[in-house]
Amino acid sequence: MEGFLNNGLVRWFDSRLPVFSYVNEHLVVYPAPRNLNYAWNFGSLAGLALMIQIATGIVLAMHYTPHVDTAFDSVEHIMRDVNYGWYFRYMHANGASFFFIVVYLHVFRGLYYGSYKAPREVLWWIGLAILLAMMGTAFMGYVLPWGQMSFWAATVITKLFGAIPWVGESVVNWLWGGEGIDNPTLNRFYALHFLLPFAIVGLVVLHLWALHHKKSNNPLGIDYKGPQDFIPFHPYYTIKDAFGAGVFLIVFSIFLFYAPNYMGHPDNYIPADPLKTPPHIVPEWYFLPFYAILRAVPGKLDGVIVMGLSIGILFLLPWLDTSRVRSATFRPVFRWFYWILVLDIVVLGFCGANPPEGAWIDIGRAATAYYFVHFLILLPLIGWFERPLPLPDSIAKPVLSGGPAPAAAIARDKARGERR
Amino acid sequence: MAEHELVAPEETRRDFLYVATGAVAAVGAAHAAWPFIDQMNPAADVLALSSIEVDLSPIEPGQQITVKWRAKPVFIRHRTEADIAEARAAPLDDLKDPEADEERAPRPEWLIMVGVCTHLGCIPLADQGEFGGWFCPCHGSHYDTSGRIRKGPAPENLTVPDYVFVDDTTVAIG
Amino acid sequence: MKRFAPAVLALALSLPGAALAAGDAAHPEQRSWSWDGLFGTYDREQLRRGLEIFTLQCVNCHGLKYIRFRNLTEIGLGADEAQAIAGQYEVAGDPDEWGDPTVKPAELHHPFPDPYRNEAEARALNNGGLPPDLSLMAKARADGSNYIAALLSDPGYNEGDPDESGLYRNPYFPGGWTAMAPPLWDDMLGDGATVEQEAEDIAAFLTWAAEPRMEDRKSLGLKVVLFLLALTGLLYVCKRKIWAKVDH
Repeated sequence: MEGFLNNGLVRWFDSRLPVFSYVNEHLVVYPAPRNLNYAWNFGSLAGLALMIQIATGIVLAMHYTPHVDTAFDSVEHIMRDVNYGWYFRYMHANGASFFFIVVYLHVFRGLYYGSYKAPREVLWWIGLAILLAMMGTAFMGYVLPWGQMSFWAATVITKLFGAIPWVGESVVNWLWGGEGIDNPTLNRFYALHFLLPFAIVGLVVLHLWALHHKKSNNPLGIDYKGPQDFIPFHPYYTIKDAFGAGVFLIVFSIFLFYAPNYMGHPDNYIPADPLKTPPHIVPEWYFLPFYAILRAVPGKLDGVIVMGLSIGILFLLPWLDTSRVRSATFRPVFRWFYWILVLDIVVLGFCGANPPEGAWIDIGRAATAYYFVHFLILLPLIGWFERPLPLPDSIAKPVLSGGPAPAAAIARDKARGERR
Repeated sequence: MAEHELVAPEETRRDFLYVATGAVAAVGAAHAAWPFIDQMNPAADVLALSSIEVDLSPIEPGQQITVKWRAKPVFIRHRTEADIAEARAAPLDDLKDPEADEERAPRPEWLIMVGVCTHLGCIPLADQGEFGGWFCPCHGSHYDTSGRIRKGPAPENLTVPDYVFVDDTTVAIG
Repeated sequence: MKRFAPAVLALALSLPGAALAAGDAAHPEQRSWSWDGLFGTYDREQLRRGLEIFTLQCVNCHGLKYIRFRNLTEIGLGADEAQAIAGQYEVAGDPDEWGDPTVKPAELHHPFPDPYRNEAEARALNNGGLPPDLSLMAKARADGSNYIAALLSDPGYNEGDPDESGLYRNPYFPGGWTAMAPPLWDDMLGDGATVEQEAEDIAAFLTWAAEPRMEDRKSLGLKVVLFLLALTGLLYVCKRKIWAKVDH
């Protein structure tokens, strides 16, 4: 890159619009912690998933017609007649799921290693904003094929806004553009579904800006002490991210080509019928835990509020977690509760997938309660009472001299590398 | 990042492995681009709508109808004897795009051609212009009674599509 | 109702379809199909038998609007054979000189026409039931191919009599009662096939109708996955090589 930047033409352009030195600064020489593990791949994978969604989405937009009479037909036209249409449509539908998979793993990585803590609170907030924007985008995108699940998901979710006191009904009618879900609704959802991904791109830029301003967290969760803690982003993390992208694309391709409808619902191959609700409506899997929280609370307004709070409290997480140690590696008590929380969210997912009958009601309520207990009670208490393990002096030290737990694994890898 | 102790890639030998990996990735990227291009080509349903049949019986001599075929207008003109005589009398040497009327209209009374000016795609007007045929108002191209370009900027004659007469009064275009 | 397993389970099990069986209705028996597996393709002969049964029987009550007659060339019919089938159906033609509607024989680019003018006619002629379009039936039901075969071949259904309201008992149909009289009988095509075999042929035909690009999908998938495995392997070797330069 340095040779490239010294080229006369490049220097001429760069002095007028410094794109090359900008890329150099953020993707080449950017100082990254030398100890990032594979959990740090999910950020770049989320970026890849976003690009796949935008690229395939623009293709689909060239063939789709957002009208209640033709939307379903146009999707089948894409699936049958458009060259590679099935490929783009399945890639977009499965891409949404994979986008959520990598983003959720990215979030859980942040939760484990305390990436939300000072000085990265704003970085965390922007990430949550991206998650909310993704949810909105995914929801509106799911409406576009105008199948039965599209229609009834749109009905149920927009009806949530009816819980707002006084103005709820007006808000719902405003969202719909009518007395019910119909062509105006489909049209505006299409427009917003096209717009929101670009808002997400903007948020991603802010996310990276905040990241590069305060630099990446790392598995030890400790601050940089000196230049020996860094390695340049390129080639170390470019190649590692490229390898991660390869693995991601393999798994993605297996679903795309061999089980493209696995994560979908058969009812969405039935055209929307405003006069008939399918017997069991469930949201896409990535909404199931939130759906379970919504249903766990009796009372429409309360349910909506609690569901909103389930994400809302994450904005306060940097302060709810009172421990000054970031990484769970050095937090023996927190680590346990972290995995219990993961299990709790999986249980919530199952509750969301099953009809609210019998034991699922009680399980759903208990899991919802635990979710809030974790963040509002356990997390502050653990921070106060837990005695963290001693932290290494620097990121480089355990690597270069052999130290506590993580260093043992590193030493093993190193030995393996040397044998080769 | 001048201070870090590690070597940047430029300083190392770019060995075969990196070049090979980069080449494989580039081949993959090139293949991945093709579906994005091909999806904009005409879809299977568009290609399948390629032929139409037209009933000619209501068209009186001297009349012309316009039908839509492959998203374009097609002129079907029932030519009068005078039209035919005029078209066949024109010496080929005078033509910008020499083509005999006998080739353009094997059944002389029926002239069938795509009604798109070969200049920049406007639709010429019938029975106008200096040669008794068509006149394109956009940039002033004059076509004769065989649809051949006689004056103006258009480079070629109006295109004659593939067609067959199913019977005396029905033609299948495409 | 285990309608939908969360992705955590989905990814862990990687058993497509298993979690999607319908709840209140009977679970269809799992059959083996020619298109099963990574390399499975449609059995063109089976599809053509299914087409024959479809055009003999199903088409009298059901539409198949996403299949155009030209698509039949994809299952091995010649263009002339496909045209001959198309010619048996009428579609709307251009208005005549008085502006009145006309009909003309269907052509290759036309879809199978809906057998009814509108929903009211369909219900009036079918004991209140609305025969659905079958283009996507194999994907619009959980475990669709097995579902269709099980529904059509169930012995109790095929031998049973309708109740007083004209409904037939069928354990696979949601709700357990269907307005459709058993449509198949042994040796429909004169080839000695049983109802069981005919039900499978129809299920195969409708699976193709719902997912006609499946073979393209699998063959492209094989190339893509093999390529990605090679590329990812190379990237891994590069990664090891680059990281060997640094302690981490």
